[in-house]
Amino acid sequence: MSEHNIKITINGIETLCQKDETILQAAKKIGVRIPTLCNDKRLEPYGGCRLCIVEVKGVPRPLPACTTPVADKMEIITENDNIRKLRASLIELLLSNHPNDCMRCERTGDCKLQNLSYEYGVDGSRFEGEMWDIPIREDNPFITYEPNKCILCGRCTRICNEVVMAGTIELTGRGFNSMPDTAFRKPRTLDNCEFCGQCVSTCPTGALTDRKGRGKGRSYEMKKVKTTCSYCGTGCNFYLNVKGDKVVKVTSDYDAPVNHGNLCIKGRYGYDFIHHPERIKTPLIRKGDTFVEASWDEALGLVANKFKELIEKHGPEKVGGFSSSRCTNEENYLLAKWVRCAVGSNNVDNCARV
Amino acid sequence: MDTLFLFGSNPTEAHPIVSLYLKKALRKGAKLVVGDPRKTWMAKRADVWLNLKPGSNIALLNGLVNVILQNGWENKEFIAKRTEGFDELREKVKEYDLDRVEKLTGVSKENIIEAARLYSHADKAMIVYGLGVTEHQTGTENAMAVANLALVCGHLGRPSTGIMALRGQNNVQGASDLGPLPATLPGYQPVTDPKSREKFEKAWGVKIKDKPGLKSVEMLDECKRGNFKGIFILGEDPAQTDPDIHHVRAALESVEFLVVQDIFHTETTRFAHVILPGASFAEKNGTFTNGERRVQRVRKAVEPVSGMAEWQVISKLSTLMGYKMDYNHPSEIMDEIASLVPIYGGISYDRIEKQGIQWPCPTKDHPGTTTLYTDLFSRPGGLARFMALDHKGSGEVPDKEYPLVLITGRVREHYNNGSMTKRSAGINDVVPEELLEISSEDAQKLKIKNGDMVKVSSKRAEIKVRAKVTDRSQSGNVFLTFHHREALSNLLTSEHRDPITGTPEYKSCAVRVEK
Repeated sequence: MSEHNIKITINGIETLCQKDETILQAAKKIGVRIPTLCNDKRLEPYGGCRLCIVEVKGVPRPLPACTTPVADKMEIITENDNIRKLRASLIELLLSNHPNDCMRCERTGDCKLQNLSYEYGVDGSRFEGEMWDIPIREDNPFITYEPNKCILCGRCTRICNEVVMAGTIELTGRGFNSMPDTAFRKPRTLDNCEFCGQCVSTCPTGALTDRKGRGKGRSYEMKKVKTTCSYCGTGCNFYLNVKGDKVVKVTSDYDAPVNHGNLCIKGRYGYDFIHHPERIKTPLIRKGDTFVEASWDEALGLVANKFKELIEKHGPEKVGGFSSSRCTNEENYLLAKWVRCAVGSNNVDNCARV
Repeated sequence: MDTLFLFGSNPTEAHPIVSLYLKKALRKGAKLVVGDPRKTWMAKRADVWLNLKPGSNIALLNGLVNVILQNGWENKEFIAKRTEGFDELREKVKEYDLDRVEKLTGVSKENIIEAARLYSHADKAMIVYGLGVTEHQTGTENAMAVANLALVCGHLGRPSTGIMALRGQNNVQGASDLGPLPATLPGYQPVTDPKSREKFEKAWGVKIKDKPGLKSVEMLDECKRGNFKGIFILGEDPAQTDPDIHHVRAALESVEFLVVQDIFHTETTRFAHVILPGASFAEKNGTFTNGERRVQRVRKAVEPVSGMAEWQVISKLSTLMGYKMDYNHPSEIMDEIASLVPIYGGISYDRIEKQGIQWPCPTKDHPGTTTLYTDLFSRPGGLARFMALDHKGSGEVPDKEYPLVLITGRVREHYNNGSMTKRSAGINDVVPEELLEISSEDAQKLKIKNGDMVKVSSKRAEIKVRAKVTDRSQSGNVFLTFHHREALSNLLTSEHRDPITGTPEYKSCAVRVEK
């Protein structure tokens, strides 16, 4: 039994909430968008970026929507001229120490910071000051780190510690010099990192990107095909990013019922086999010790005739099939049907038992 | 108090996303009991680590039940209302007093008592188990012993309780659901049941044999004896992933006609007479059913590399053999499944377009089922039955010549025979080769240093691998994966199987390690 016992108003719309909800969650439920940079529903509320500030009647200063719990009779305004001005300034402060090289940045088109700058009509020209100049880091096969693009929202370090509990990265240093990094700035290896890419999946800027997908195309050029992972039996969903006729990247499906955007090293980075040159591309028929290429018609004709011959000669009980836990439900059903109908035996099994 | 009981499962390696749920529960204060011979990530963080000897699952579980009953910690109401056969169980577990169980399992009495307390006293408790339970010659009985424990405490049929069997492969659940099993038609409808046969005979227009067929392992046995003539192997690599590979190789060499469909050449395709190219998951439409019975869409992103996906190939082959199969799209196959398989009765592609549905889903307006057994168990009468079980141990136990127990399993980075992960950029760079995990005590005794090449031998074969000295292995146990074709660990594993399911004993065989 859920207790919707708190009544609040958001932009004049009345809504009922539960007592442990935040303003951000309540707004989302009724379709009111509040911009955020440091928020990810997989993480505990953080209140770091302050972009989600809203006005609450009777409170003299704006409050962050992501960490403020709702209270009865709260009247909330999520956007007005004052809030817009404050948010614009916050973004300008972030941009004051940002390379602003969107034209060649891997994240362009899929970057929260870029989109919010566009939405609030700001660039990096207002504040001048010291800027980071730290080289790009590609010390491992999967994750590229461009510290200069980091806005210190803490999402990468929080997902690494809160969700994965891998402890690979943490905010290091103080003040202007603080940045997410590994212990002792060591390169990422299996000794300190799982290479799950969860940090990449939550980064709102171009600071962390999938190295294997870099330069392979802009987010908006990709056909994104939602599918289910083919490794273990957990059933994670993700998007295959297709450009032309190639799968070039895997990205998170944050609405997936099982994994909520989370993936492991195999799900996120184990896709290159799809286009590997060693794929078997045509049917092959054994001739002595070697295999020769054949057409589908030739090969299937041979297989059908040979099976028919064996069934006639030895009976259907001497022929069978192994189905596969790697194949789809429909294919498993068909193989079982093939053995029972076309062969005529019950000699069908799948690899679940081995 | 909520308790997680993880048994024979190493989810941070084998099911990383499932492990995220467990980690979240731990952060929220759930108690954790881990039963595993290896000191896994979860075992290190457990409130109680039951470090049992491989093969002693039943002894441990009987011991836990005995402690619960002796202390009156059982759920009497649940036992009375929803179960049968309790008296036999009680009598049987009496034989498993703490002294005996400690001796059989190697787990201290204190830990057994504390684990029993944490599990039985929990408001909500869930058992999550993996192949450490099933891949033994007593695998089925191990799973029954797990069920005994859950039933005694009544931790079933409510959200956040029950027994979760983690599925090793993407579609183990679906492959079992949909009929490629010798004794059951799709939807676990027995071939021995005339009513079930009649339904399928009417729909398929053929006569179905009323006797169960052969299991895969039995077909291979018959091949070796020269009694089996033709096999179609779809997307499976028994010559690397089955145990006792010498036996498998001999079987595949003996069969008169072998067709293998796969996406890469494998150890098994070497024996084929015809190899058919398979389509990867990115090249076809279909569905997979995950470990929580959720039927989810698989979508075609690119064209099949060979022009056809498996469902098309099987249809064409069947038609050529005189049994017509004619489908334009896998959704039509799912519609046929829904009409014949009650648990999938309400599943159709339009309903699972956005989000998968958990079976049983009998009708088009049924929302699916998240929690099983809320009021009845799936037995005649609806009561769960306790099973009185005896400890048997492993088929092969260490001796003077082969003094160590080999446990096989997975690491996070690779998958099964490695045909996919070893061909994915980066993954093979970070984990390029097989490593034998060995405890520092055993390594010291054998004068093995981290990184040394060692010879691992069993009665059947020997392989050479690099050693990794780690406290993840307890003294007496070593660990190998089965991901690497260059070091086939299944040459070592034994021929012992669960007589009920045919599942091989991958989790325990006797080996010797030498420098």
